[in-house]
Amino acid sequence: MEPIIRVENLVKRHTRRGLWSRVADFTAVDSISFSILPGTTLALVGESGSGKSSLALCLAGLERVTSGRIWFEGRDLAALGEKELREVRPRIQLVFQDPANSLNPRWTVEEIVAEPLLVQNRVSRREGDARAAQALERVGLAAEYLDRRARDLSGGQRQRVAIARALILEPKLLILDEVLSALDCSIQAQIANLLVEMQRAYGLAYLFITHDLRMAAHLADEIAVMSEGKIVEQGAAKILQGLRRSEMRSLVGASPLKPETLGEVRQR
Amino acid sequence: MAEKETDLRQILEVRDLRVAYGQRDGGVWHALNTVSFAVAAGEILAVLGESGSGKSTLAASLLRLLPGNGRITRGEILLKGGDVVRMSAVQLRQVRGSGVAIVFQEPSLALHPTIRIGMQICEVLRAHGGLNKRERSVRAREILARVFSDDIERIFSSYPHELSGGQQQRALIAQAIACKPALIVADEPTASLDSSTQREILTLFLSLRDELGIAFVFITHNPALLSGLADRVLVLYAGKVAEVGPTHAVLSSPQHPYTQALLRCLPQVDGGGAVRRNALLPVIGGAAPSLAVLSRGCVFEPRCEDRMEICQIRDPAAAMLANRHEVACLKFPA
Repeated sequence: MEPIIRVENLVKRHTRRGLWSRVADFTAVDSISFSILPGTTLALVGESGSGKSSLALCLAGLERVTSGRIWFEGRDLAALGEKELREVRPRIQLVFQDPANSLNPRWTVEEIVAEPLLVQNRVSRREGDARAAQALERVGLAAEYLDRRARDLSGGQRQRVAIARALILEPKLLILDEVLSALDCSIQAQIANLLVEMQRAYGLAYLFITHDLRMAAHLADEIAVMSEGKIVEQGAAKILQGLRRSEMRSLVGASPLKPETLGEVRQR
Repeated sequence: MAEKETDLRQILEVRDLRVAYGQRDGGVWHALNTVSFAVAAGEILAVLGESGSGKSTLAASLLRLLPGNGRITRGEILLKGGDVVRMSAVQLRQVRGSGVAIVFQEPSLALHPTIRIGMQICEVLRAHGGLNKRERSVRAREILARVFSDDIERIFSSYPHELSGGQQQRALIAQAIACKPALIVADEPTASLDSSTQREILTLFLSLRDELGIAFVFITHNPALLSGLADRVLVLYAGKVAEVGPTHAVLSSPQHPYTQALLRCLPQVDGGGAVRRNALLPVIGGAAPSLAVLSRGCVFEPRCEDRMEICQIRDPAAAMLANRHEVACLKFPA
């Protein structure tokens, strides 16, 4: 099967500028390669500052890459111009950690969910609204939520709205940047289930960025561990048993259910 | 025997605490109801609850830091013998800081952005008196040395924005221990930190407990943080104590149907040590009840898989199981 996305030697370097001169370059993403098959999930785990979110922004076309290639639908996104990128972007959607910050609190759910379609100039207002209702239904929210405002929703409901907003453009790849981290555990389970069901139904590919190794092992086919901009360990969730790297060990050790978590990954 | 000893060393006892918020529509939100528990000196009690369970209200109540529309309507908070609920403003000032201190979730909001860290600690020492300026600055460095392993001078003269999230949280903890409190209330202190920094902060709590004998009320929504940290866990649901007991007992054999359902939501490990990939996780049906009206019966009854007829009528009292494990469920006769 052809991968949905194939990343080759991706590098993202930020230039820090001082008041008078260039201070230093900072390599956020350092020569990373991976691919994701349709209908599968790659989990990217790592501590804050390891470059996970920079990588997400590059893949979504929100940051220009310094070098490397991002193959998607037979084209190299890194080489595309702004106009062509705009044509591709709808099929790679990004969902953020905190829906309280990523959704406009004063907009209604309908406005939030339909907006991407209207921005793309692809449909009339009326069709946009109908599609919004459909997308909402897919994420398990009744049509009565269409008129509610984002600020009046609970955290789990807001995250469903954020996912509906990503779904409305019928993406092939969803980049999920810590989408469960801000939620209560009982709500995490609901949203994790929603992700599983949507993947089964629509064959979506996920890049699931997280620091929760347990959830990564639950949702992912493959896990990649990132540290200081590099992928230091990568493998099918099942064969990731060596834990050779200290980064991996410290991540696992840090994940709160210490001994059990360590055991659970080791025994795979 | 052991139980009696810990009872004697009790430093905090909360009895029948009820807290209500006045709402804009004139109604009342009963955030906490009949909450009772105790903390022994040097004990770490974790309060586990989801959004809306009342855990932050509990944290604020222990220092009487409730927002303007919040009121303790009933109950006692006995801290080293005095009742926080009935203290005068002057008494409260003395107790806050030296009796009980609080560490908030978001250190970047809790620290003053334009005052150097060292001065912020000196400020706490000044407020509680007894030291001159030079002594305060020496003492502040000693306190920083307790929570930072090196770089004390740099931290002392840094502004909060020059520190990482973990360092900011350490600075806030330094402030909290400045006046040697018997108890620190920590309200989701690690929620904004990544997992390895989280572990560092939790390890710091353990060492403060061991070295200074400080007790902690550690408030969290994440059951995964508790093992290896807390001595006991109190599970809060809809403003009431569902279950309280030794950490291992509550996590490995929860007795209250809510605790059981909550822990089942975490991805499980099967016998072979593997997580069952892509399986659907069990969820808790329904939603938490509105606390605008106090209804009869058990608060968890509408969502409970084990509910009985009597649960709609009778309010469960805490039943004491073996090993100081208490459960408020009618399955267990009180």
